[in-house]
Amino acid sequence: MSSPALAVRDLTVAYGGVSAVRGLSLTVDAGEIVGLIGPNGAGKSTTLHAIMGVVPLAAGEVSLGGRPLTGLAPEEIARAGVALVPEGRRLFGELTVEENLRLGLAARRDGEGDGDPLAEVLELFPVLEEFRARRAGVLSGGQQQQLAIARALVARPSVLLLDEPSLGLAPAIVDLVFSTLRTIRERGLAILLVEQRAQRTVALADRTHVLTNGELRLTLTASDATDTERLVAAYLS
Amino acid sequence: MSGPLASGLTEFVERATELQVQVDAISLGAIFALMAVGIGLVFGVLRLINFAYGQLIMAGGFALAFASEQGWSVWVGIALCGVVVLALSLVMERAVFRPLRGQSPAVMLIATFAVAFLLQSIALLWFGPLGKTAASLATLNQTVSVGGVEIRKIAIVAIVAAAVCLGLLLLLLERTAVGLHMRAAAMDFHTARLVGVRANRVSGAAVLASGVLAAVVAVLLTVQFPTVTPTFALRETIIVLAGVVVGGMTRLVSATLGGFAIGYVSGVLGAALPTEQSQYLPSFVFGLVILVLLLRPEGLFARGPRTVERV
Repeated sequence: MSSPALAVRDLTVAYGGVSAVRGLSLTVDAGEIVGLIGPNGAGKSTTLHAIMGVVPLAAGEVSLGGRPLTGLAPEEIARAGVALVPEGRRLFGELTVEENLRLGLAARRDGEGDGDPLAEVLELFPVLEEFRARRAGVLSGGQQQQLAIARALVARPSVLLLDEPSLGLAPAIVDLVFSTLRTIRERGLAILLVEQRAQRTVALADRTHVLTNGELRLTLTASDATDTERLVAAYLS
Repeated sequence: MSGPLASGLTEFVERATELQVQVDAISLGAIFALMAVGIGLVFGVLRLINFAYGQLIMAGGFALAFASEQGWSVWVGIALCGVVVLALSLVMERAVFRPLRGQSPAVMLIATFAVAFLLQSIALLWFGPLGKTAASLATLNQTVSVGGVEIRKIAIVAIVAAAVCLGLLLLLLERTAVGLHMRAAAMDFHTARLVGVRANRVSGAAVLASGVLAAVVAVLLTVQFPTVTPTFALRETIIVLAGVVVGGMTRLVSATLGGFAIGYVSGVLGAALPTEQSQYLPSFVFGLVILVLLLRPEGLFARGPRTVERV
C-alpha cells in the first residue's frame, strides 16, 4: 500500500486557547476529489491553512505521500507539491496575468523545462492566453478565479487545495470551475475542495466531509447528492 | 516690494538657473535617488525602514579611505568598498532584519536605529572622530569644459553611474525570476510565500541590491566629501529619508523620485542661496518637506489616495 497523496491525522488547531479544529483526520488519494463543507467558522479554511503551514498545529500531523510536513514554512510546503487556491483568490492585481502565472513557477520542482512553461495551463484556460499581457486586477471575477487556479497548477503540484473557489461567481463560471476540477482530477491530482455549495460539492467529490465546530461529523458520497435532508440534519446537529 | 529683496531674488534666480549649478544639482539628485532606491527596496520587501543605511555608506567610505592611505589603486579601493558594504549588509540581514521579520514597524525602526548607532560607535573607536581621508578619486573634482561651461567630472560620473545602476535594477526587477519574486513580495508577502516564493531569498536579494547601491553611493560621495568621519552620510540619509516619505514610500518609483527631488532642491538651494544664508539650507529643505506633506500627505509622486484593492 502506498501512502495517500495527502494525509491529515488527528489535526488540532487552536487560536488563543480556543480550538478551531479538533482531531480532524482525512486522506486524499491521487486522482481523487475530497470535499469539505460546513457552516462559516466550522474550521474549513483553518484546516487548509494548517496544511499550508500558515497556522501552527496544536496536535496531529500532515503528510504528503508519507512525508511529514510538520514544521515546514509555507514556501517549503508549496515547493514540496501542495498548491493552494486561496479564498478571495489573492492575485497580484498590479502584475500581469503572465507574471502571476510565472510566480507559480516558484514552487515547481522539476524546473521550467523546454518551451513555454505556461503552455499547459494556458491550454486549460484559453481566456488567460488572450489576456496574457493584461494586469490581473482588471480581469472579471470569473477570469480571476481561473487565473488563481492556473497559478496553482503551474507549479505542477501533487495536491491542490481550493478555498471556496465558487464564491461570488456567476452560475456559468461555477460550472466552468467545477468541470475544470473534474478534468484535473483525471490527470491524477489529489484535490481537497472547501466549499459552501454543499450539494454541488457532494455531487462532484469522491467523498465529502461535513465539518461543524471544528469536528468531522459526517461523510457523504456522490450518491447522497440528492439526499438533502440528511445534509441539512448534519448541519443542524 | 522693497529693492533689496527684489534684487536678492533676481540674483537667486540667476544663480539657480546657471547650467553648472543645474548639473551639480542633478548629480546630487542622482546620488540621493540611488540612496532612496536602496532604502525603498528593503522597505518594499521587508516593510522595514533601514535607518542604518547611512552607516553602510560610512563603512564603504572608510574602506575607500583605508585603501587610499595604503596607497592601493583606485580599483582595489572600490572593490574593497564593495566587499565591506555587501558583507555588512548580509550580516545586518541575517542578524537583525530576518529575526525581526513580521514585527511592528516601530520595533524594526528602533532596531535599525540601534544598529546605526552601534556602527557609528565602532567607527568612532576604530578611526577616531576626525576620521580618515579618501583621496584616490580626488581628480574627479577637476572640471571639464562642455560647450564653454565648466562642469566637474564627478557630476557627470554620478549621473551616468546612477542611470546605469537604475537601469540594471530595472532589468533585475522586470526581467528575472528573483525580481518578479521581489515585486510580488513587496505587494503581498504572505501570498508570495504561499505560491512558493522563498522569503529568505527575496529578503536577501533586496538587501544585497540595496548594498550594491550603498557601495556605489559611498564611492560617489567620498569624491565630493573626501573626509570620512563616523557621521559620514548621516545627514544625507536623513534628508533622503525625508525625500522618500515626500515622494511616497509605498512605491519604489515614487520613493526614487522623492530622493531625486530632495537632492536636486538641496543642490540648487545650496548653490544659489547667498553664502551667509547657506547655514539655513536644511531649514529651507525641511520647510519644503513639511509643506509638501501638508498638501499631499500620501506623497508627491504617489498615485493619489490608495485605491488598489486586493480582490
